[in-house]
Amino acid sequence: MPEDLNWAIGGEAGDGIDSTGKIFAQALSRAGRHVFTSKDFASRIRGGYTAYKIRTSVDRVESVVDRLDILIALTQRTVEENMSELHEGSVIIYDGERTTMKDFEAPEGMIGLNVPLRRLAEEAGGAIMQNIVALGAACEVSEFPIENLDESLEKRFGAKGGSIVENNSKAARKGQEYVRENYDLDLDYELETTDEDYVLLNGDEAIGMGAIAAGCRFYAGYPITPATNVMEYMTGRVEQFGGAVIQAEDELSAINMALGAARAGARAMTATSGPGIDLMTETFGLIATSETPLVITNVMRSGPSTGMPTKQEQGDLNQMLYGGHGEIPRFVVAPTSISECFHKTVEAFNLAEKYQTPVYLAADLALAVSEQTFPPEEFDMDAVEIDRGKVVDDETVGDWVNDKQQFKPHALTEDGVSPRAFPGTKGGAHMSTGLEHDELGRRTEDTDMRVKQVDKRNRKVQTAIENEDWSPREFGDADSENLVISWGSNEGAMREAMEFLEEDDVSVRFLSVPYIFPRPDLTEEIAKADEVIVVECNATGQFANLIEHDALTRVKRVNKYNGVRFKADELANEIKAALDEPVEATA
Amino acid sequence: MSSDVRFTDFKSDKQPTWCPGCGDFGTMNGMMKALAETGNNPDNTFLVAGIGCSGKIGTYMHAYALHGVHGRALPVGIGAKLANPNLEVMVAGGDGDGFSIGAGHFVHAVRRNVDMTYVVMDNRIYGLTKGQASPTSREDFETSTTPDGPMQAPVNPHALALAAGGTFIAQSFSSDAMRHVEIIKEAIEHPGFAFVNCYSPCVTFNDVDTYDYFRDSLVDLKETDHDPTDKDAAKDVIFDTEKEYQGVIYKNEASVPFEDRWGISEDMSKIESKPPEGAMDLVREFY
Ligand SMILES: Cc1ncc(C[n+]2csc(CCOP(=O)(O)OP(=O)(O)O)c2C)c(N)n1
Ligand code: SF4
Repeated sequence: MPEDLNWAIGGEAGDGIDSTGKIFAQALSRAGRHVFTSKDFASRIRGGYTAYKIRTSVDRVESVVDRLDILIALTQRTVEENMSELHEGSVIIYDGERTTMKDFEAPEGMIGLNVPLRRLAEEAGGAIMQNIVALGAACEVSEFPIENLDESLEKRFGAKGGSIVENNSKAARKGQEYVRENYDLDLDYELETTDEDYVLLNGDEAIGMGAIAAGCRFYAGYPITPATNVMEYMTGRVEQFGGAVIQAEDELSAINMALGAARAGARAMTATSGPGIDLMTETFGLIATSETPLVITNVMRSGPSTGMPTKQEQGDLNQMLYGGHGEIPRFVVAPTSISECFHKTVEAFNLAEKYQTPVYLAADLALAVSEQTFPPEEFDMDAVEIDRGKVVDDETVGDWVNDKQQFKPHALTEDGVSPRAFPGTKGGAHMSTGLEHDELGRRTEDTDMRVKQVDKRNRKVQTAIENEDWSPREFGDADSENLVISWGSNEGAMREAMEFLEEDDVSVRFLSVPYIFPRPDLTEEIAKADEVIVVECNATGQFANLIEHDALTRVKRVNKYNGVRFKADELANEIKAALDEPVEATA
Repeated sequence: MSSDVRFTDFKSDKQPTWCPGCGDFGTMNGMMKALAETGNNPDNTFLVAGIGCSGKIGTYMHAYALHGVHGRALPVGIGAKLANPNLEVMVAGGDGDGFSIGAGHFVHAVRRNVDMTYVVMDNRIYGLTKGQASPTSREDFETSTTPDGPMQAPVNPHALALAAGGTFIAQSFSSDAMRHVEIIKEAIEHPGFAFVNCYSPCVTFNDVDTYDYFRDSLVDLKETDHDPTDKDAAKDVIFDTEKEYQGVIYKNEASVPFEDRWGISEDMSKIESKPPEGAMDLVREFY
């Protein structure tokens, strides 16, 4: 695993935790360090505890671990919440002049740095900068060159003008000096900087960026955690390319607006989370039956019902796979990492249009709210191809008409894919419906045509299975007798877990599956392995059930559904336990 | 205006299965005439139909059309219009579709004021499901599910529209063909969301709100001194539940469609096979 530093700032909602964390993350990223961030909310509902955590290394980081080295604690609660992650030698920065922290003492073995954050901030120009003073203190502890903060402060406050950036920069230095003068620290974190230039973004942003890159011009949505950021990202950006973002009155409206835009020929998307998917399900069937290409992003959160809205879960797999009455052809694609959120979004749009079939893009909270650094080349716009499938124009529409010159939007073709005519195309006017229909789109209950249309729609999926690449992403030792399989966002934690496992001489082959339907047939891989473990964030093992069904076998399961994503070290232990390997007690 | 388009161009070759005498025939014919006479043709027209007897209009008319799910026709129309503002968008459905299951969308479509026309084929009954109370049914209207009448005030769709900031609110009657066409034409030409409630009698399940009833009771606003640009006068008409009216009840001449206010003007179907120029800036933003 990378030589990492784990840092956090925690306090109450309203303490500016997020923006302070982001400033530090950006400073690290600008200094050529890799960063992976996560946000914490208390599992118990009292007060408004919130924390922003950063894992940083010169190597790539794609997960969180169960360890905290430096903690800026604005409240006692912050320390309590993180007790299990703190260890001997952990540094806790706090303001002993704050009433709530005046009796605070760092737990045995840990280093408490009592820094008068508020007083120093006032000296620099205002109490509001106390978190920045703490950042300066953290720079001193981690030996991170403080100049790197300045650029980040400029990015955050530059637009506000005046002396704001300068004052903040001064505040940070006050924190740094205070620690330098009052504490004799002998830690060797020495956060190196490099010449690399990284970008820092979260999964929702990557989805929005992927959508715009893929030519999506119409987005309709209704706010819901943790999908709202997709909408907020696209707002103000897609307009620059001639598109629009519409906040609908509810999810029923959102998906129907997106459907209308798609019928008009736009690449369209809506994004929501579980409760919104529930509402959209009736229209989902219409989209499939009318053969309309549409991407529906589900940023999963903990359910059922309102569940735990700010918590991680991969509980909607069955819903996306089976939701809706009747038998609905569909694709379900699940990005496995933040950068894959970009690539799979592009892919989802191409699949939707090539096969005129709705696509569920299944992300989750862990991807949505975490930020990660990447070399910008990882989002190579030149590599993006837009394939609109079988679209006809004024000239070619005539290839698809019957003897009465009527266009056939549901023509029975060998590959199942029919021609598409956008409104405005001369001679292409046609009707489409959720009713069973003939080739012209007209309602029918003819038994023969019914079977032909059902078969045709299913044939599109078959064509896609044959023509597209549905392979899993493979990591680790291909010859290992231990096979771990996971889907969606667990990839990062599992990849890093493998490094922990390697240290203990446990070898594994890891298949990270981004396609739920269609999905790769892993029968052979499973047959080759002695032990098969399926890792997922839900209680009933929805993906494991599919794997068992596909390969006619039984697998071991590692499930997590307490609302917190897998952490790399924790997952390594879970895998060891599943393999009956000895597990040492963690810190 | 292209004079070579005839209203029959908007007719599909599918024979309607509406009951003989159903009001929906007249409503649809008027819509087709109005579309043709305002210079539209089937290839630039996008028609969205709700679910109900009325919703079958999507099959009987010839245009780019979508027959959606029950109650959600308006959002589909909005999406299509915003994705390609060059299209003439018309949405049609029943009173149950529009004011019961789709009532939320109605209010918000009115507020949004996207340039489109919404025709509610109002028969004050559920036709397709064979005669249950609709939101516009009279309080004492006995049906299979309301043996003593709904005992609830009927929805006043015009009042809803006015309260939601409607910019064009009208009422027509399917059997007064000339006036119906005139009103729909005015609706099509209105820049913004034009709502036309059209009495379209159900001859099979509603023996109260019949052709005779409407013929006898309708007051044509055109023959009165009603000024549709006067909101207070519109209010008086809308809340006068003693009478039935036809004509343009309210029209806001200062209406600016949503898409103009938002600067939405492009045909979004036109994209290149590569990401748009400047897409790499989106990545750089994350430095
Ligand atoms: C979600 C859903 N619920 C119920 C129905 C059944 N249904 C079809 S049409 C209709 C009501 C039709 O009444 P109205 O909108 O007034 O149209 P009309 O048939 O009178 O023209 C209902 C309840 C449905 N299709 N979908
Ligand atoms: S049931 Fe009524 S609304 Fe339906 S077609 Fe017959 S007359 Fe028309």
